[in-house]
Amino acid sequence: MSAPDNAIEVRGLVNRFGAQVVHEGLDLDVRRGEILGVVGGSGTGKSVLLRTIVGLNRPAAGTIRVLGADLGALPPEARSRVERRFGVLFQQGALFSSLTVTENVALPLIEHAGLRRAEAERLAGLKIALAGLPPEAGAKYPSDLSGGMVKRAALARALALDPDILFLDEPTAGLDPIGAAAFDRLIATLRDALGLTVFLVTHDLDTLYAITDRVAVLSRRRVLINADLATVAACDDAWVREYFLGPRGRAAAATHKEGS
Amino acid sequence: MPHASPVPPRAADPAVEPPGTADLAPSPDGRVLRIGGAWTLRHHAALRVRVEALRAPAREAVRVDASALDALDTAGAGLLCELLDGPRLEAVLAALPPERAALLRTVREAHARRGDGPPARRGYEPGDVLAHIGRTTLAFRDHVVGVCGLLGLTLETLARVLPRPGRWRVTSLLVHLEQTGLDAVPIVALLTFLVGAVVAFLGATVLASFGASVYTIDLVAYSFLREFGVLLAAILVAGRTASAFAAQIGSMRANEEVDAIRVLGLSPVELLVLPRALALVVALPILTVVAMASGLVGGMLVCALKLDLSPAMFLATVENNVALRHFLIGLAKAPVFAFLIALIGCHEGFRAAGSAQSVGERTTSAVVQSLFAVIVVDAVAALFCMEMGW
Repeated sequence: MSAPDNAIEVRGLVNRFGAQVVHEGLDLDVRRGEILGVVGGSGTGKSVLLRTIVGLNRPAAGTIRVLGADLGALPPEARSRVERRFGVLFQQGALFSSLTVTENVALPLIEHAGLRRAEAERLAGLKIALAGLPPEAGAKYPSDLSGGMVKRAALARALALDPDILFLDEPTAGLDPIGAAAFDRLIATLRDALGLTVFLVTHDLDTLYAITDRVAVLSRRRVLINADLATVAACDDAWVREYFLGPRGRAAAATHKEGS
Repeated sequence: MPHASPVPPRAADPAVEPPGTADLAPSPDGRVLRIGGAWTLRHHAALRVRVEALRAPAREAVRVDASALDALDTAGAGLLCELLDGPRLEAVLAALPPERAALLRTVREAHARRGDGPPARRGYEPGDVLAHIGRTTLAFRDHVVGVCGLLGLTLETLARVLPRPGRWRVTSLLVHLEQTGLDAVPIVALLTFLVGAVVAFLGATVLASFGASVYTIDLVAYSFLREFGVLLAAILVAGRTASAFAAQIGSMRANEEVDAIRVLGLSPVELLVLPRALALVVALPILTVVAMASGLVGGMLVCALKLDLSPAMFLATVENNVALRHFLIGLAKAPVFAFLIALIGCHEGFRAAGSAQSVGERTTSAVVQSLFAVIVVDAVAALFCMEMGW
């Protein structure tokens, strides 16, 4: 039943917290090599969906197949092997505050890839450059970095083990428009170069127009529509229309048309 | 624009992929560098050894043949960038399929931008100990100066606010009075009761050998009225309340609430420090009386059970033998301790920077410093009273 070109397949997902049902019978496909933007109003469970797929939240029902493996059915060790192919960029970066940027990036290389420290830090230097940070940033602690640099450093750590799937939770939130646009370009470049599949939770309309291949709209506890941007924008749902055809949506669409 | 190009099989099945290789092979027109297998993170250690060995000889290869390259990731691409110089890397790039070439090109750019390996770690030197002592001493001086500054600021604010009842923060004062005073009564009473019993046991054991068991009563009464009542109450309050003050103000500071108070033209000292300090100045003497009473009850219980000294006799002995001034000396220290604890707690709260980690550090520091201050001041006071013959 699993189509070979799907990196992530969610079927019949149910998530509830107490009496509050967040997802009910949610289906979602993420194709290999695409950038999927996940949008939805506040409280529609975008972040919960991301956390469920990466295994931080146990769903009440439903199956999640990632790279062809059913995560719920795997023994812990095999599951950990699959999870190692994930890179996750948390909203606040979640860098370890007691380690420098280089040490943050080197940590998974030492723990999982079994590299020696000097070797891991050398490779970490490459990842840091790949994420677009200057070399001096490596020796700094997360508290000394600006918001945009924290995001880049966290991206470098997410890329440390050469993941197949990159999960991004609001990567451009809190960045200035120039920084956000640069971050968008970086994601697109890395996707093309590294063949990543990107699961992108965002509110940023410019990001959606600039880099996503398809957009999934979460609404009323399920995925309302999962298609390319033009189809989604033409969808006849009140929330979707307001989202894409509101003043900000139109502005983002216009900017994108000029740009391309 | 859907991304249609298929993703290269970077690591189809990592368990069986052949490890990466690099060899210089002879050929009719010179030596050829053959690159093959999987150049991935999994084989990084072995590949690193090959790269170090081949780096110099690779410069003489006439040609690079990367047609047997099975898999490539950023780690492997980084190694290729180290192994090959500009023109040879260009030749490899031209021969690779476009997705791989994109990866290698991106990594090459990053490789050119990155620093020279990990930054040199600064070693440790013998002089570091001295430098550390110096820094700690200066930091200690800054703390003392800071607390004195806050003390002055608080007294000045008090003097300005006191004549104007309209600006008294009665609600805030009562809330803190409840939190620091009333809520602390059970723990203070229980602990001092137990310590009173322990002191009486000690007295009973030691004094029995002199046939002077009856002086256990004096021991308990003197120690609790003069020292233990106020000291134990102050120590508990330092642990409970100094930390709470530091955490409350620290998290307000992390949340920029303190800045908001300033921008609204209000005084953080008047709004935050004064109600807390006044509440504690009222609460600690009350807690001290509670501590003294329950310590005496603890001692009384042990005397009654162990030494057959009835509670009536206990109270009569206390009344006859122990002068009122001992109680007053004990009680007089309470407001001083309270003010110190409140100021240190608030001061540490204000020193918190914007992170949760910093709030935690300041909270710990507030407890340590206020305990230190309480015990030092108590020792000085004991010395003073002894010299004065009180």
